[in-house]
Amino acid sequence: MSSTALRRTALDALHRSLGATMTDFAGWDMPLRYGSERDEHLAVRTKAGLFDLSHMGEITVTGPQAAALLDYALVGNIGGVKVGRARYTMICRADGGILDDLIVYRLGETEYMVVANASNAQVVLDALTERADGFDAAVRDDRDAYALLAVQGPESPGILKQLTDADLDGLKYYAGLPGTVAGVPALIARTGYTGEDGFELFVKPEHAVALWEALTEAGAGVGLVPCGLSCRDTLRLEAGMPLYGNELSTSLTPFDAGLGRVVKFEKEGDFVGREALREAASRAQENPPRVLVGLVAEGRRVPRAGYAVVAGGEVIGEVTSGAPSPTLGKPIAMAYVDAAHAAPGTPGVGVDIRGTHEPYEVVALPFYKRQK
Amino acid sequence: MSNPQQLRYSKEHEWLSTAEDGVATVGITEFAANALGDVVYAQLPEVGSQVTAGETCGELESTKSVSDLYSPVTGEVTEVNEDVVNDPSLVNSAPFEGGWLFKVRIAQEPADLLSADEYAAHTAG
Repeated sequence: MSSTALRRTALDALHRSLGATMTDFAGWDMPLRYGSERDEHLAVRTKAGLFDLSHMGEITVTGPQAAALLDYALVGNIGGVKVGRARYTMICRADGGILDDLIVYRLGETEYMVVANASNAQVVLDALTERADGFDAAVRDDRDAYALLAVQGPESPGILKQLTDADLDGLKYYAGLPGTVAGVPALIARTGYTGEDGFELFVKPEHAVALWEALTEAGAGVGLVPCGLSCRDTLRLEAGMPLYGNELSTSLTPFDAGLGRVVKFEKEGDFVGREALREAASRAQENPPRVLVGLVAEGRRVPRAGYAVVAGGEVIGEVTSGAPSPTLGKPIAMAYVDAAHAAPGTPGVGVDIRGTHEPYEVVALPFYKRQK
Repeated sequence: MSNPQQLRYSKEHEWLSTAEDGVATVGITEFAANALGDVVYAQLPEVGSQVTAGETCGELESTKSVSDLYSPVTGEVTEVNEDVVNDPSLVNSAPFEGGWLFKVRIAQEPADLLSADEYAAHTAG
């Protein structure tokens, strides 16, 4: 083992007592899996899973011009988010490249919480701080102020109802409200990264263990299991959700990533990247670049990030994420492919898996959509 | 985890049974299976093919990674475990038993195979 400068969450000792396999993720020592990642994945799809996501980066933005600042700094229409609601958005560079994808919760008229990916939290914090210049708004690093637990899966509302009086039935998808869970003050958000119904609970780190234990007890009867980052990755892949560093990067604009809908040109005022994103939008329409598609294997060999997508002996794209899909029972991948080969059902597409061209079917994303 | 005493082990985490009539069984250890995570695909050497000690003869694919399979000895493959090809999770659930990978008629074996205790020390770091 290397000497660890790795950061540990408030739940670290608990993970170890549960026998978790730990892994270095963005400078954090995080649980990869507790037992079988396949079993954890299927538990989230059919019952419920409990995740420690305390590595995510929380940044609080407050002040009379908090909304104006976020409208300038991000590509979304943040001023239009109602109090108690949340929005998926992105922060881009002036050249349109994606710095990170974010969820922004509007906690009050003049208070927002921005949640960044762990690997980009500092970059986002720095960019927001710099972009706040001239705005009557304060940007606060709240990474150490929160632990984040997620309960995901069809049983999660029932589990949480045992522990809170909050109006969960009135809490819509992509909404969040302050409340008390298991006697602990929490921001209860109906968000997640698994394709299932579920909740993300932002609490003070000193309350994390008590909350974890209460959730574990409340979920014991319906099959709740602790889940690691490994199944989180296969869950989000099946749900067709992009991962920064795989599907998203500074070398791509939201339009290149097929997520141009998050860019709101119609909002008031200028925003960072507007000009470059305008060009990217028209480029994407007239001369489409590579398109993000889903690939489903006919065989059993698994495509990995960076593997070439091929057709007729030519390289036509690149895999960005790949894994065996526990739900489909086959390997799946997300890949950027030339527009000519992007239509679902395009024949003759394969992935070069260490020298062998394995046949793959082009499909529309997502691979999995829950029944509502 | 316990490594069966009657087996011998390579530093690349394969185990080798005592040869009967010159044919030994090869698998990967529980340590290796745990490190891989859920095995989802096993590409095993073909029956009749020659394998060489310390060289790759197949691959094991898990959720997060793919790992080369090395042969602990030199010889000819006499049988592969079709059960594992059909259900690779056997490698995780029974690495020393139903999850065996192939059988080999030993032509030559390296001098540096480890005993169970030596292998335990090798993986203890």
